[in-house]
Amino acid sequence: MATVQTRDQPGPGRDLLAVLAPLLRPVSLLLIAAAVFLIVGSLTSEIFAQQTVAGLAQGAVFGSLALALVLIYRATEVINFAQGEMAMATTYVAYQLIQWGLGYWEAFFATLAFAFVFGTLVQLLLIRPVQHRSTIAVVIVTVGLFVLIDGVVGWIWGADIKFMPSPFGQQVYHLGGVAISRQDIGTFLVTILSVIALWLLFQFTKLGLGMRAAALRPASARLVGVRVDRMLALGWGLAAVLGAVAGLMTEPSQFVLQPTLMQPVLIYAFAAAVLGGLESPAGAMVGGLALGVFLNLVGQYVHFVTAELRLPFAFFVLLVVLLIKPSGLFGRPRVRKV
Amino acid sequence: MSRPSVPALVAAAVVAVVVAVLPFALSGYHQGLAALVGIYFIAIIGLNILTGYSGQISIGHGAFMAVGGYTTAIMSRDHHTNLVLTMLMAFAICFALGFVLGLPALRFSGVYLALVTFAFAVSVPQIVLKFSTFLGGSGGVQTTQTVSHVWLFAVTWAAAAILFVLAWLILRGRTGRAFRAIRDSEVAATSSGVELPIYKTLAFGISAAYAGVAGSLYVLATNGFAQPNEFGVILSLQLLVGAAVAGLGSLWGVIVGAVFIGLLPTVSSDVPVIGSEHGQDVVFGLIVIIVILLIPTGFAGLLARLTRARAGA
Amino acid sequence: MTALLELQSVEARYGPVQALHGVSLAVEEGSIAAVLGANGAGKTTTLRAISNTVRRTGDVLFAGSPLGRRGPEAIARLGIAHVPEGRGTFAELTVWENLRLGAYTRPGSLGADAERVLSYFPWLEDRRHQQAGTLSGGEQQMLALARAFVQRPRLLLLDEPSLGLAPVLVTEIFRIIRELNQREGLTVLVVEQNAHIALQLAHTAHVLEVGRVALSGSSAELRRHEAVRRSYLGY
Repeated sequence: MATVQTRDQPGPGRDLLAVLAPLLRPVSLLLIAAAVFLIVGSLTSEIFAQQTVAGLAQGAVFGSLALALVLIYRATEVINFAQGEMAMATTYVAYQLIQWGLGYWEAFFATLAFAFVFGTLVQLLLIRPVQHRSTIAVVIVTVGLFVLIDGVVGWIWGADIKFMPSPFGQQVYHLGGVAISRQDIGTFLVTILSVIALWLLFQFTKLGLGMRAAALRPASARLVGVRVDRMLALGWGLAAVLGAVAGLMTEPSQFVLQPTLMQPVLIYAFAAAVLGGLESPAGAMVGGLALGVFLNLVGQYVHFVTAELRLPFAFFVLLVVLLIKPSGLFGRPRVRKV
Repeated sequence: MSRPSVPALVAAAVVAVVVAVLPFALSGYHQGLAALVGIYFIAIIGLNILTGYSGQISIGHGAFMAVGGYTTAIMSRDHHTNLVLTMLMAFAICFALGFVLGLPALRFSGVYLALVTFAFAVSVPQIVLKFSTFLGGSGGVQTTQTVSHVWLFAVTWAAAAILFVLAWLILRGRTGRAFRAIRDSEVAATSSGVELPIYKTLAFGISAAYAGVAGSLYVLATNGFAQPNEFGVILSLQLLVGAAVAGLGSLWGVIVGAVFIGLLPTVSSDVPVIGSEHGQDVVFGLIVIIVILLIPTGFAGLLARLTRARAGA
Repeated sequence: MTALLELQSVEARYGPVQALHGVSLAVEEGSIAAVLGANGAGKTTTLRAISNTVRRTGDVLFAGSPLGRRGPEAIARLGIAHVPEGRGTFAELTVWENLRLGAYTRPGSLGADAERVLSYFPWLEDRRHQQAGTLSGGEQQMLALARAFVQRPRLLLLDEPSLGLAPVLVTEIFRIIRELNQREGLTVLVVEQNAHIALQLAHTAHVLEVGRVALSGSSAELRRHEAVRRSYLGY
């Protein structure tokens, strides 16, 4: 166990050790080494820096979808195979709102609200009835939902390509020879801010505490009056909101909107979630960022890995992580609160 | 599952007769459709063996169909091999592949396995695109021989019959019992002497082999043209869903699942409003969800309940 | 004084196994009652039947009205705090978060309850941010009790609070329970294998055997009772 027995040491020494201990874990050292590598590489080569920055932006998107997956998995041990399609559907909703004349950011927040309701309803109507049954039953429901959403979206909007305005504009900044697009910065910031907002909700509000309790120990949570079933539904709602953010932030980088928008992202999100540890929210974000950067760098420097092989490569990462360390980077019982 | 009950034998005989007579009653196009149902029938038996009987979830069987399909296409294109022979090759190759892939799969269970197989299904078409020189890329691979609807129908249903009986024989014996024991409780199975690795990988191999044969026939059904997007992730999803609707863990419902996947697109395109290809996805998804919510054991379970009710009354 | 809690022929089962074969007992408001019995007698199941964390038939009356089919969350909101076997603390959350959960069902935050709970458990102040799972067994038991107290319940259900604790801690915990009963008027139903200390603490006791109440009475009576002395007190 990685817990540090701090009770037996006196005073400030104990506090210092408690803070440092997590940093000395092999995983943290690995991450620090990776960060150093990235910084050094970026300072050395412009292309490296560009790929890293672009990778961080994409990785933030993977991370937020991965976080959605982890939220749901942590609470219910269900992997929502339809998470990507739900995100795609909410992106189409945003598209429609913009077509009807709403400004981008109004549509953005309206879509988040819609996503919340959507996610909650899916849990209440489709998942709750099968939750207590076999894993296969739940998998099939989410798979059925995947196909259903594809159908509904295609039916309403058609499968042809649509164009959505980019909220960040096409501007490119130059930082010492490195081209950084406003898009990448915007994507990164919006995603990170949503994750932080969610974190604040979980850490500091009573509702967030209730949701965490319901996810950690549902039986004990009931005994203090937490309505666990309700928390699960809300959890799905929040996960759908994260998915909506991921979908909206994926779209600008593609410029085009089509029903297959989130299918690759889902795979990357799976890989990121597994990499970080399916039970760890922080792991999902870190996994996402790491995967985004890693994919870009490998795509740049390893010539065998061309564009077609990005997805299989992510699958490969997924496989390797599950074979070597199935609990992922952060997948131990957490010592400190998230 | 020992001796099949009399009603089951009668039903099987009826189906056999219907199938034998069908080609004479149907036009070429419909013969092709009936063949398609047969193809899904074979694939779903395979998937059922893996997921329904040994309890290992796979959302990746479309990938095995791809391997079988491309085997047939390439052997035909490059060596003009006899098509039935290519099917046997597909069977063997996919068995080996499934067996080998079953090895790392031993380490995963439940949702993790579903996840891995899902990612696998998404990756295979991409790999095909990458190795475009040999595998034809997005342009696909074309067989040199094409087949008539009747040929397809006959070969498909002959193969289906053989493979069904084969599956039935495997599942009623020690292997089948081992599979079911593994599905119900791996711990209990191990402690009663079932060697998990062997049986689990065997299940993978067999089910992959079935999917491979189905894939071969599938390519032949689509004018001998093997293309990456034919074998996309949706196919794997459809197979799993078809197996679920059929009823996991029982062979008798498989025909319903096959009919469901095979005919739904055509049936729903005749209905107004629902007409478009997207409409059929909507119907498909809805039916799946409703079936799972209301009849979790699928068609086979429904059948079992009905026969039990009649026997008890 | 009316009974705050009354069980009437309560039966409970775990699948095919029946654990309670008709338990009837009453607990007066403001008193401490103990449930004694050997392992497997159904003591824990009795508490679970009250908080409806096990399927039950028969009536459980709280302040005169039946609990019916209410789920555990609703029962907690009525004012029954159940500290289960294994304490029910959230090992992954901090001490303070565990306490905050006690105030979950009420609007607002921990507030004034913080002072009151610290007056009984002053050491909690230093350990606010410590992960509950890293506390010692005795500390976790006290945290569980503290959280239950924060719930401001009318009835406190305690499942084997002495389990696995050193005697000096057991004495401490029972002292706090007695104080909570005397100062706050908290009604307590405590399940205990340690009959000795349970009978010292409680006003009344019920002895369970094979899922039924074999004996009921005041602690004084039971302490003198021949069978009880032999089976549960060891002399």
